Amino acid sequence: MTFDEKYFDVGRLDRLSYQSTCVHQLDPRAKVVATVLFLFTVISFPKYEVGGLIPFFLFPVLLMTMGEIPFLFVVKKVLFVSPFAIFIGIFNPLLDTGTVAVIAGMPISAGWISFVSIILKFSLTISAAILLVATTSFPGVCHALRQLGFPSLFTSQLLFLYRYLFVLMEEAMRIIRARDMRAFGTRGTGIKVFVRLIGILFLRTVDRAERVYYAMLSRGFQGDMPSLRKSRIAMTDMAFMATMITFLVVFRFFPVTEEVGRFTQELFR
Amino acid sequence: MSHHIVEFQDVHFSYPDGTIALNGLSFKIFHGESVGIVGANGAGKSTLLMHMNGYLHPASGRIHVGDFQLDSRTCQEIRKKVGLVFQNPDDQLFMPTVYEDVAFGPLNLGVSPELVKESVDQALATVGCTALKDKPPHHLSSGQKSAVAIAAVIAMHPDILVMDEPASNLDPKSRRKLINLLKCFEHTKIIASHDLDLILDVCRRCILIREGRVAADGPTKELLSDKALLEENNLELPLSMQKCGA
Amino acid sequence: MHMADALLSPAVGATFWAGTIAVSGYASKKLKEQIDDKLIPLMGVLGAFIFAAQMINFTIPGTGSSGHLGGGMILAIILGPYAAFLVMASVLTVQALFFADGGLLALGCNIWNLGFYPCFLVYPLIYKPLVGGGKNPGRILVVSLLSAVVALQLGAFSVVIATLLSGKSELPFGAFVLLMQPIHLAIGIVEGFVTAGVINYVRSTRSEILESSAATISLGPAVSLKKVLITFAVLAAITGGALSWFASTHPDGLEWSIERVTGKDELPGQEQGIAPLLKGIQEKTAFLPDYGFKQAGKASKKGEPPPAWPGIEGGTSASGIIGAVIVLGMIVLIGMGIRAVRRRQNEQ
Repeated sequence: MTFDEKYFDVGRLDRLSYQSTCVHQLDPRAKVVATVLFLFTVISFPKYEVGGLIPFFLFPVLLMTMGEIPFLFVVKKVLFVSPFAIFIGIFNPLLDTGTVAVIAGMPISAGWISFVSIILKFSLTISAAILLVATTSFPGVCHALRQLGFPSLFTSQLLFLYRYLFVLMEEAMRIIRARDMRAFGTRGTGIKVFVRLIGILFLRTVDRAERVYYAMLSRGFQGDMPSLRKSRIAMTDMAFMATMITFLVVFRFFPVTEEVGRFTQELFR
Repeated sequence: MSHHIVEFQDVHFSYPDGTIALNGLSFKIFHGESVGIVGANGAGKSTLLMHMNGYLHPASGRIHVGDFQLDSRTCQEIRKKVGLVFQNPDDQLFMPTVYEDVAFGPLNLGVSPELVKESVDQALATVGCTALKDKPPHHLSSGQKSAVAIAAVIAMHPDILVMDEPASNLDPKSRRKLINLLKCFEHTKIIASHDLDLILDVCRRCILIREGRVAADGPTKELLSDKALLEENNLELPLSMQKCGA
Repeated sequence: MHMADALLSPAVGATFWAGTIAVSGYASKKLKEQIDDKLIPLMGVLGAFIFAAQMINFTIPGTGSSGHLGGGMILAIILGPYAAFLVMASVLTVQALFFADGGLLALGCNIWNLGFYPCFLVYPLIYKPLVGGGKNPGRILVVSLLSAVVALQLGAFSVVIATLLSGKSELPFGAFVLLMQPIHLAIGIVEGFVTAGVINYVRSTRSEILESSAATISLGPAVSLKKVLITFAVLAAITGGALSWFASTHPDGLEWSIERVTGKDELPGQEQGIAPLLKGIQEKTAFLPDYGFKQAGKASKKGEPPPAWPGIEGGTSASGIIGAVIVLGMIVLIGMGIRAVRRRQNEQ
């Protein structure tokens, strides 16, 4: 991805998070907690589990449709994410070669099954993370973290980071464009120019931090970041949590996929 | 309350690298005045504004704001009286949403939440940005950002409004809106700018700074029609004046 | 080298999170005691800087491939370890959310690997003592190279350990180490050059930035750091130990707690999971425990009643595959249904 693409990608995700669908209106705390529970449930499945993971795709699909998040956008992000899991997972079929099943004449090794399991878990966990920010504004997430007990110093500078992310990305983008415009191929994109570039960006950042600090002082800042946000857990949030937990428990402990398959087989027998 | 509201007396200041920024600066600004501060790049305008709010303290000389003499103990009080609007609104809007940003000042002043809400709503209504209150600053246009930055300052009910290049980065329509807005404020206004037409429109009085000293001080119309003086200071006649001359 | 959720077991993920939260809490507390108000915006804006800087690619000399900045060492040198750790944690949090790098469970692991090692081990034990007055650019270069390489090697090794403990990957320890360490040696060298370059550039143009930051944020006496490390090591050992015990005796924490709550031995149709830590090795020899492939061995070992459905030869694989197709189909239909309804609502 080029810098511009990454920049617009972050921007698009950010814009999506400011919509006002029913999913966006849920309390951020409920969504953060639900996401964490979801992740733990998915990850808790054993190495060779495939069938049990499938029903969990219901959650990202519901969030995407109810939250009006474009499907392709999420899929693209999941595919694009650092290929580390695939890179490590691909060794499973190579190393774990015992045949455990023959499907349509094709011998399937245990390694392939654990690899598929990794890929499924990967898609579920990554899309859960993306959908959390796509349906909750970042300040909402920060505020939820604060309420859930994260240190205020951490959350308040997380908010600063978010606020200046876009400002600095734009600044970096201007510098990059200036570099690439005169780089002519790869000359000038090397490490020496990069270091100088980062150095300049760094100095500008420090100056900006100084100005921001002055702006804070001029409005009476004395070390605390006041907040007006009051959020109350509404009935809908409770209902959301209850449904979520029920479904997680059912999907985790009841072999939904096998049962559906068996039921269908019975039907056609 | 003393009748003059800002007074600089023989103020000297130099930066750690040795640059002399203010070199015996003296002036008085009275209650309700609107004063433009003009001068070439590096004349000391920004340094001057930084002193008004107590970010920088004079090396020698005295600064009075209202009843206080500026020093490290009074600068909290002085900051309540002086609202400074920064040149780049991105530096000034540091909170995650417009509403929280405008509320930041009043909350720090210890105002009760109901009153905070009232003054925030009022400030946003004054600059015509009520609809933007839940937006994050990075979704605003430059004109909207400038307007919100002003709202953030007026929500603190300052006596004096100090602005650094308020119209840079604004398109002509936003600039016109800003000028009209500034004209209807009753605060004491001190505006530093290269936009001489804006100064001409908004400020009755003008102070020209050169090498850290007051080079000229008088009614804006007179001062900004003195072609020789302006050119000496890397400035030129305001466009509206040029037309008159032609 | 971001760790990914899919490779983690809950116990390992939670252990790293526990460590990360403990260190963040400690760092916040430490900073609160000595903080200069100025640091809050500076940390946030520098975090945004690191984030933006990481998005800039550059060509690595001689290879034609491109690299980018990590930033942990630069932050530690400029802000000191406590603030740097928190900034790194925020940068990685934003990345995990906006770029989905690794995922949220692995975030604890990633903050640990990319934040703790450079800030709390390498900076105080290698960079600070060796760099001296920090006036000599050559020395800064050598020490930065060493620091960045060590920090990244530690991080990479940590990824290997976390992955192996989680038992989701088949890679044997030796091969994994041989795969990870050399890649990260290269990344470390590049990181070292960039770190030294930036620090030297800042020193030559605006040395007061480095001096003021070094002056305001002292590392505190060496004893206290040692105390932290020891406390933390003990804490991590306890958490890790407790969790792995929990995991090994009750192979699946969730199942175990359900069992306690419901009072039943097992919920119907439920299988033993993988014990992420100790059982991991044993499990390497077992195939598809959840599909009952090693029916006989498993039943005799655990004394479990045979599961409700037959082995792979019978209906399981068929019903599993049919079920998967149908469940996926239903999910897609639900999705399309909601989308259609929404669209109609929006049009009205």
